[in-house]
Amino acid sequence: MNWLFRYANPHNFMRLSNVLLPITAVATALCLGVGLYLGFTVPPDYQQGSTVLLLFIHVPADVAAEAAYGAIAICSLLSLVWRHPLSDIAGRAAAPFGAVFTALGLITGALWGKPMWGTYWVWDARLTSFLLLLFLFFGYMALWNAIEDEVRAARAAAILALVGVVNIPIIKFSVDWWSTLHQGESIVSGKIAPVYLAPLLIMMLGYILLFVSLWMLRIRTVILERRARTLMQRSAA
Amino acid sequence: MSPFFTLLARDIKLAARSGGSAFLALSFFALVATLVPLGVGADLRLLARVGGGVLWVGAVLAALLSLDRLFQGDFEDGSLDLIALSPLPLELTALAKMLAHWLSTGAALTLLSPLLALLFNLPPAATLTLFLSLLLGTPAVSAVGAIGASLTLSLKRGGLILPLIILPLLSPAVIFGAGAVSLTLDRLASGGALGLLAAFSAGAVLLSPFAAAASVRLNLGG
Repeated sequence: MNWLFRYANPHNFMRLSNVLLPITAVATALCLGVGLYLGFTVPPDYQQGSTVLLLFIHVPADVAAEAAYGAIAICSLLSLVWRHPLSDIAGRAAAPFGAVFTALGLITGALWGKPMWGTYWVWDARLTSFLLLLFLFFGYMALWNAIEDEVRAARAAAILALVGVVNIPIIKFSVDWWSTLHQGESIVSGKIAPVYLAPLLIMMLGYILLFVSLWMLRIRTVILERRARTLMQRSAA
Repeated sequence: MSPFFTLLARDIKLAARSGGSAFLALSFFALVATLVPLGVGADLRLLARVGGGVLWVGAVLAALLSLDRLFQGDFEDGSLDLIALSPLPLELTALAKMLAHWLSTGAALTLLSPLLALLFNLPPAATLTLFLSLLLGTPAVSAVGAIGASLTLSLKRGGLILPLIILPLLSPAVIFGAGAVSLTLDRLASGGALGLLAAFSAGAVLLSPFAAAASVRLNLGG
């Protein structure tokens, strides 16, 4: 665990992210560029026609949204159990990106649903659980903003995030059991055609890298803001 | 009397006395049940179809009304500090408050539900399922709600943020509870849905005292 606590010190994190951020940013641009190019050049699907393009925008957004919640959960565990100071900032910083990716997944899904299912929205298991995930992100952010004392806010938000982790599988199974239209999993089981798989995987990597880059940038900004505040308080005193 | 039951009796007494939450929750529940037919129309077949879901949502919202005061009143007048100093572990304190909240809202709403089911033209079998599902499911509302209440206990406007935090977490209870009623209406076995609902409730009641105690502790600055 030692390497983890090296980066509890904001200074070490700033040094590391200073090197990493340009790399992930360039990799994001590459992945999204190549992925979109490949996505636009794939043959149209025999059923879905050209709307198969949405596959490369919609699925990675959902993956990135889930990754963001996972990131918040890990940060919350670190912050509650080991009082890791940087993970408080990191958890809070990840939430807006998670919410945006969730919203993006819902919107692109609605736009895909209209031509394919004939409706923008159905109360289907996957859609409903993603809508609930969006509200979980909102609740997490609202709790963070509502409590003024930052240390307390961090720990309260961390407890909420961990309760959410216990509950997310239950929510998922309950809505799965409830009603379903959305297609099942098709990537790991190899049901997806290889010509679509390559751009999809590249786009997924691109979205994840985009999330990681923005996340690092946000954490850096928060650390710099805090330093600036401390300097101002010092000069005022 | 043991500290646990003393605290339980005190909280129930507070909820039952004038200005307490029990009567307000019941009135709110009955009012929701009155407004829905005014909104969707008085077609008795339609009302029977949506009755289970409407009464479930109404019960959850009614239980939510008094939830923000679960720890807040005691926190504001300082008695929560004294309770925390007592030999009773904070986890059991949270459990006692949860139980008191359930007895004064969830259990009372459950007892009222057959009467409201009558207004929604639910057949007797579906009314029984609704009663059972509320009996099994409302403890989860108090348990998950107690986590939310303890997280927001120091906030002046905690009542506004509380629903946003806990309603998404309570969606399984509504799905299984209202689902069981729909199954009965369709003359299918509702045992599976009721079993899952009971499992959700049991898990929530078992785990939430720890989460609630942890967040009470952080709010007391310990």
